[in-house]
Amino acid sequence: MNISRRHLLVLLPAAAVAWKFVEAGTPEASPNYTMSEHWWGMLIDIPKCIGCGNCVRACQTENDVPDGFFRTWVERYHRSDIHLESPEVISPDGGKEGFPSVSEGAEGEYFFVPKMCNHCSDSPCTQVCPVGATFVSPDGVVLIDQKYCLGCAYCVQACPYGCRYIHPEKKVADKCTLCYHRITKGLTTACCEACPTGARQLADLKNPNDPIHAFLKTHTVQVLKPQMATGAKAFYNGLDGSVR
Amino acid sequence: MSGLKDAGHLFRFAGLFVIAFLVFWVIRGYVVPKSFGQYGHYRGSALTDIATRPVKFAGHQTCETCHSDIADTKTKGAHAHVNCEACHGALANHADDPTSVTPVKPDTAVLCARCHTASAAKPKSFPQVDPAEHSGGAPCQTCHNPHSPAIGSDTGTNAATGGAK
Repeated sequence: MNISRRHLLVLLPAAAVAWKFVEAGTPEASPNYTMSEHWWGMLIDIPKCIGCGNCVRACQTENDVPDGFFRTWVERYHRSDIHLESPEVISPDGGKEGFPSVSEGAEGEYFFVPKMCNHCSDSPCTQVCPVGATFVSPDGVVLIDQKYCLGCAYCVQACPYGCRYIHPEKKVADKCTLCYHRITKGLTTACCEACPTGARQLADLKNPNDPIHAFLKTHTVQVLKPQMATGAKAFYNGLDGSVR
Repeated sequence: MSGLKDAGHLFRFAGLFVIAFLVFWVIRGYVVPKSFGQYGHYRGSALTDIATRPVKFAGHQTCETCHSDIADTKTKGAHAHVNCEACHGALANHADDPTSVTPVKPDTAVLCARCHTASAAKPKSFPQVDPAEHSGGAPCQTCHNPHSPAIGSDTGTNAATGGAK
């Protein structure tokens, strides 16, 4: 075969690109867990939440979350006549140790809203990462590669839900992993495991036998900030319109 | 092809480009991790790194393999859907090594109160009491078995006991 220099110039880069795919290899086969069979989300049932803070404590234990930082937290809303549009919101230490009691006959309406990473399918946070350190996994979980993260905090600013922080010791971005180390082993998340009322439920949207599908048929659920089109997958049942 | 004789300088220049490109490609091959781009614009092996972190909450299925007696008690009561570690805390280390790691029994005065202390902020349907008024300071398990809290079920000293069968 006679290859001219001109052809060689074209062929070399093409061969290099092809070699890159050879090097990348085929995805690792895991015997028990196939990423393409899952699409994870979370169901949060507000009428069931009692604000005990079990989820916050469990998350901090499971994931070694430093004090004062939260991968999940609970907010208490107080909607009274003078604050219908913008209710009073408190979250003492993320609701970790519960909330102060409210005496019977108090004016207005109270409810608890557990917050966490919404594991958006069109997540704003992953789009701004300059180094490819954060991403939506093939099973729909927004994760951080902490070996790659520079700690520039673009993602912290980009998240419309305030779910990311810079880890004070590691100096890299940190957030809820939806307990990826647990759900890939067939366990539920630490917050769901510790929730006494079932206000939080891990949902596998690709699994036809997951109870989420029956729930969605009989309930109208809402996501936070739907106008931002983030494709959020933390579904709230009984969410008040005033929740931001 | 006589015109090419005068174009030698162009070929030398193109050759330099090719060499520079190859040097770039070789360096890039060393610097960029093998799994980068496996699933997208990120390091594919990061998924394995995250998935292999240790678990601290064993999960109620693990607890129930040994503590089936407690699981049976629980299924009959109002706490049927409260998982073991919601009250007992993270105990994967106990599940891994049941003999040397023994869990501390929770203090009911703190534990029960955390959920059941009356507050108008909680959902109305959730059972709530004012602990001081309700029991006069007596421990909750004097009357209630935490694993099956309705009055009349197994209470008293045996209420919250139950080791592995």
